[in-house]
Amino acid sequence: MSMANPTTSKRPPAEARKDESQERQKRMIGEHFHELARAPQTGRKCAYTFVPGNLTELLRSFDVLPVLPEINALQSGMRGKSRDYIALAEKLGHSEDVCTYVKCDVGMLRSGNVGPTGERLPNPDLLLLSYTGCFTFLKWFEILAQEYDCPVVMLHVPYQGDGKITDAMRKYVVDQLRSKVIPAFEKITGRAYDEDLLKEHLARSARAEDDLVWVLESAKHKPSPIDAYFGGVYYIGPIFSAFRGTEAAIGYYKELRAEVEERLREGRGPVIPDGELEHEKYRVVVEGPPNWTSFREFWKMFTDEGAVVVASTYTKVGGVYDFGFRHDPSRPLETLAEYCMGCYTNLNFPSRVDMLSRYVREYSADGFLINSVKSCNSFSAGQLMILREVEKRTGRPGGFVESDLVDPRYFSASNIKNRLESYFQMIAQRRGSDAGPTAGPTAGMTAGGAR
Amino acid sequence: MKSAHGNSNVTELLARAQALHHDLRFENVRAWKERNGGLAVGYLPVYVPRELLWAMNVLPVGVVGGGDQVEIIRGDAYYQSYICHLPRSTIELGLNGALDVLDGVLFPATCDVIRNLSGMWMMQFPDKYVHYLDVPQDFDTGVGGAFYRHELLEIAGALEARGARPLTDAALRAAIAAYDANRREIEALYELRRREPWKVPTHELYLVLKAGLVLPVDEHTMMLEDYRRLVIRDDARRPLDQARMLITGSFCEQPPIGLIKTLERAGCYIVDDDLVAVHRWIRGDVASLAPGQPPLDALVEAFLRNGVPSAIRYIDQDKKGRDLVERVRASGAEGVVFCAASFCDPALLDQPMLVGALDAAGIPWTSFKYAENTGQFQVIREQAGTFADSIKLWSGA
Ligand code: SF4
Ligand code: SF4
Repeated sequence: MSMANPTTSKRPPAEARKDESQERQKRMIGEHFHELARAPQTGRKCAYTFVPGNLTELLRSFDVLPVLPEINALQSGMRGKSRDYIALAEKLGHSEDVCTYVKCDVGMLRSGNVGPTGERLPNPDLLLLSYTGCFTFLKWFEILAQEYDCPVVMLHVPYQGDGKITDAMRKYVVDQLRSKVIPAFEKITGRAYDEDLLKEHLARSARAEDDLVWVLESAKHKPSPIDAYFGGVYYIGPIFSAFRGTEAAIGYYKELRAEVEERLREGRGPVIPDGELEHEKYRVVVEGPPNWTSFREFWKMFTDEGAVVVASTYTKVGGVYDFGFRHDPSRPLETLAEYCMGCYTNLNFPSRVDMLSRYVREYSADGFLINSVKSCNSFSAGQLMILREVEKRTGRPGGFVESDLVDPRYFSASNIKNRLESYFQMIAQRRGSDAGPTAGPTAGMTAGGAR
Repeated sequence: MKSAHGNSNVTELLARAQALHHDLRFENVRAWKERNGGLAVGYLPVYVPRELLWAMNVLPVGVVGGGDQVEIIRGDAYYQSYICHLPRSTIELGLNGALDVLDGVLFPATCDVIRNLSGMWMMQFPDKYVHYLDVPQDFDTGVGGAFYRHELLEIAGALEARGARPLTDAALRAAIAAYDANRREIEALYELRRREPWKVPTHELYLVLKAGLVLPVDEHTMMLEDYRRLVIRDDARRPLDQARMLITGSFCEQPPIGLIKTLERAGCYIVDDDLVAVHRWIRGDVASLAPGQPPLDALVEAFLRNGVPSAIRYIDQDKKGRDLVERVRASGAEGVVFCAASFCDPALLDQPMLVGALDAAGIPWTSFKYAENTGQFQVIREQAGTFADSIKLWSGA
């Protein structure tokens, strides 16, 4: 459920970008997929796993390469392939009602398992089912387990039902890491668990995380030098996927930070599909994943209105770092457990409402928008209540649109555009009457969206 | 002759079960609280260890949505159209005061919808006890078991703080015994239905099972005993030429009773199912599971070892679908009807895998979806009728 690979989308939004960090990310991702493609020859092991609750440092400490099916699915969405993949999966008996990432992945697998760079992905040596923040993950890997002749190891990450991490929860995850996950890696690689090596990876993670947070928080400035949703999905790319804990990630985030620092110094707005946003008219917070099949079009609906996303929850699905969490090498397994439990969709509803309200205030947003995706109950079930609660707490208007992740049938461009236009108009009118973005409580646009 | 339990004929018994089913204000729960001075705590599907609550003089109350009896006025303002029906009718019941009698609600880790509903409930009803019961997906005693045990003790502590009786081993043993008796009685009814499905029509069994969501366990066990005794001697219940079906996928949002009747009228004997699944979630007795250990250990072991293989539980790849095939064989079912709530992620994601297992075993199946408030059954009737006919034709050939 995460970030885009700017190398491969049909009309990649990144093409208009000049930033060197973007080029670097392209190379990193390209190399990673190339390594994966060569794995059958080189003998390197690979594990399929999920973005939320990923254990990249642990994998890397065993020299195991991660494959993230969510990323492949979103890539398929951006490359215009998801429609056929989903159709194939539905033909094979998968319900039209369920998460389209799963169906897209099944369709891709049945169509030769060719990854986003055009090279075939290796079969997994291990399915690492990190059950973090989403029940569908469990089903997804049960489905994959039927397709591959490899072991599955389950890491059940408890939900923060009461809004906190307890000792019992931490112990449960650590116990599973010790008694299930680590032995599974030892078995497939023939290597012993090396905690010192893991610590080195974790220390590197924390360095990259510092720079990522700095970049995300740069959006508190006016004008914001970044778009923290559409642009943000690129920024989270390396750290949410195969690169957390690597020197490459440190290099990427250092460079990205330097670029954003420069934009800030020069008072420039964010990079957008057509160049650069010159006048920041609206600042909004976004909840929910983006739509990938019309990513660029969706983004443009914002930039055409002069709207910048200053904070988003989607960029926290693979880890919430901006409230202080960092991977801590001195407590290697505990820190991995806390990381897993802290991912956004593993937070309870009151915490999600707090987080959004905090973003609206701290990022001086004019309002917030929810993109409710049909696929994802984890995100979407209850978002209408989030909408009302955040409006109530912040006094800023909320907007609501509906689409899907990778099923183009559920992206109704005209509906969404109309809704967004009226939303931004409403903000403008209120500014007129309130002389500033500090409107009083409002009913906002609480109706459903593109049905 | 009236039995010691008070039910002299099936009609009367079913009328009582029906009345409980229709009583969405939980008057019976209210009355129990007045009589016993205990708390009442609701639980969402699928499974919570009711023994723990009962041992603390807390009445466990199954909340399975509003069925086809609740008009959704505000619930739709909480849920998009592509989310199943159960949470919207549940929130409707909460908002219209029907659940005021409950001192709290447990939300077990069934799916993301129920999980999210737990947090919504916290925000909507801040004075009530709300707990997300995270059940383990790791089934080792020392790992998932230790976590689950801790969860249970936390619930016990929270209930005690709200005025429930402290949890004691003796009371928990007694509660486990009461639920074991209930499970045995339910199993006996299922066994009778497998043998003589004409004696136990599922639309009746369904009501009797649903009564168990709100009745104190002993009372429910008596109702089950009465029902079995009465139907066994009811000679008017004669065999018909029906196809034997197992229905699966209805473990959470419950189908309207009209749907069950439709299947039966379309020529199906339902000989196994996962309706009102809390009752059959644990297979066999709990009491004997951790001999010489505290009863809480037995409750934990029951979940780890004897929980039914289900869509909401992680199943090792080599076992996936095996249980369904075995249940088909054991019940003598001639076909399977996948009958899941629309937009039910766990059931619908599971289905292709189960279909694979059935196909490999040469077991015919059909599938459709429902919502708890579905009112039109014509399509289902035709589909089920055709399926039943084809099975009868095939088995007669
Ligand atoms: S349901 Fe949501 S979180 Fe889960 S796999 Fe699908 S998109 Fe990701
Ligand atoms: S019907 Fe399915 S999706 Fe809906 S609450 Fe129940 S288990 Fe969850």
